[in-house]
Amino acid sequence: MVSITSSALRASSRLGCSSPLATSAASVATRSLSRTAAAVVARNASRRGYVTGTKHDSARVETAIKLDKKDFVDIPPPTPLDAPTNAKVSPMAQVLKQAAVMDEGQRPIYLDMQATTPVDPRVLDAMIPFYVGVYGNPHSRTHAYGWESEKAVEDARKHVADLIGADPKEIIFTSGATESNNMSIKGVARFFGRSGKKKHIITTQTEHKCVLDSCRHLQDDGFEVTYLPVQNDGLVNMKDLEAAIRPETALVSVMAVNNEIGVIQPIEEIGKLCRSKKVFFHTDAAQAVGKIPLDVNAMNIDLMSISSHKIYGPKGMGACYVRRRPRVRLDPIITGGGQERGLRSGTLAPPLVVGFGEACRIAKEEMSYDTKRIKYLSDRLLKGLLSLEHTTQNGAPNSFYPGCVNVSFAYVEGESLLMALKDIALSSGSACTSASLEPSYVLRALGNSDESAHSSIRFGIGRFTTEMEIDYVLKAVQERVTFLRELSPLWELVQEGIDLDTIQWSQH
Amino acid sequence: MPAPSQGNMAQQVRSLYRQLLRQGKQFTAYNYREYAKRRTIDAFHENKGVQDERKVQELVQKGLQELQMMKRQTVIGQFYQIDRLVIEGGQSGKETGKHGEIARQKEQGYD
Repeated sequence: MVSITSSALRASSRLGCSSPLATSAASVATRSLSRTAAAVVARNASRRGYVTGTKHDSARVETAIKLDKKDFVDIPPPTPLDAPTNAKVSPMAQVLKQAAVMDEGQRPIYLDMQATTPVDPRVLDAMIPFYVGVYGNPHSRTHAYGWESEKAVEDARKHVADLIGADPKEIIFTSGATESNNMSIKGVARFFGRSGKKKHIITTQTEHKCVLDSCRHLQDDGFEVTYLPVQNDGLVNMKDLEAAIRPETALVSVMAVNNEIGVIQPIEEIGKLCRSKKVFFHTDAAQAVGKIPLDVNAMNIDLMSISSHKIYGPKGMGACYVRRRPRVRLDPIITGGGQERGLRSGTLAPPLVVGFGEACRIAKEEMSYDTKRIKYLSDRLLKGLLSLEHTTQNGAPNSFYPGCVNVSFAYVEGESLLMALKDIALSSGSACTSASLEPSYVLRALGNSDESAHSSIRFGIGRFTTEMEIDYVLKAVQERVTFLRELSPLWELVQEGIDLDTIQWSQH
Repeated sequence: MPAPSQGNMAQQVRSLYRQLLRQGKQFTAYNYREYAKRRTIDAFHENKGVQDERKVQELVQKGLQELQMMKRQTVIGQFYQIDRLVIEGGQSGKETGKHGEIARQKEQGYD
């Protein structure tokens, strides 16, 4: 068979050589020839029909394992045999340990506490019973399963309320700060905009995306929105705010602590101003609750958004504070069974609620201890970073939350520094925008240049950050910033004393 | 039941302190381990001067609850072990002495 095919091939190729025109015809001939040849071969080799029994050997997995084993042969032998078996290592790790052993860890240091925080073991400990045994629906009023869940939920609600100085009845549990923001802004605007008189909302340019986007949606519905600019240090100018409030203003929304630069806004003054003008005041306190002292009554806050996973609680949980006296009326976004005073229908998740409550309780109890600790670490980090030349801190230096340090490294591209700092989990802005390479809109709003906004990095310090981590980060940043600057031609020019703004770049 | 004497109480407190420190070391995650150590030491130092018998008793109760919590959480942590941080085993990332345990190599990131 084989000889026939090969001779046919040879013949066709000879044909093809003679003239280019004949090539296509020849190739067709070759294809058909070889196909018939192949078919014949197949028919002769094994008489296979549509259904054939599996051969005994081909189903054995052992061969596959044997093949894979080859890949592991040249890996050095694991720990000596007399090494003590470690009870700390789980059975699975015990098996994997044989594969490759190394003396140092590989996991990056976590320094992005504004994005999210690890769950505190105390919080997890409070949550587990509600996953393993106490599974009642907290809204069930007819049996003990419901009662025990309801009691846990109400206790958690009390812990949340205590943290911000509110009444437990004023806390509405939601799925997170984004939902709370949407609920507050859209709810108030829709309720009060219905009469057609109050159709104006004031917010700032440095708000979180979910606030800005809610406002943009309302603009489509015919509302007027004022996006207040901020000063160079990130703070709102009170005079501008006062000038922006009109008789038809329904709501002012200013975030308490900025998520990118950590600036603490003068919430108390804004609250007083809004109360005197009879305008509702909403604050996005996702980054502030549990970190700085907040009191909704002293600060005249009418609506507040709280997030659980920023205070070492579980993700997917949050709360909205809605004042009862004077009452804030909302148009609910989610309607249904009428849970949570009808403002947010849907069954609550007792494990998450309990975890959130426990996180709030711990945050309140530990606030002074944590603040002291974070301030100490933050000072250490900031001092080390600013001792590098051409570095500046973004935001107001005397009114910022120390757990959020945003620093610009001039003449270094922020994203490339993040890539160079692979062993440290950092971000140049909020997690929502970290996928795009655009400079942060918050830093642009502060009046920073594109270059400066591009070269900024945010360091987040939390409850579980250690001194050793800070020292490691300082050393790594110093090394790699110097390295990246050495590569940069701009840095060379700066070293020669040339002002970059005076250079005439050639046009392309 | 007679109230425990002063010496008995002091010993009880010291024992609790040691137990808390020992249990805290069992956390597999570096950050929790360090926090447990630091928080335990700071809490005991903070309440060093407490003389009131009842207050001491209260604090001991609280410490015992934390101990129970740590016992549960350390066990859970051991089931889901993840890789160690780059700084574990010293500033250089190298392991020294027998304090740290063996870590597995694992590629991080997408590339």
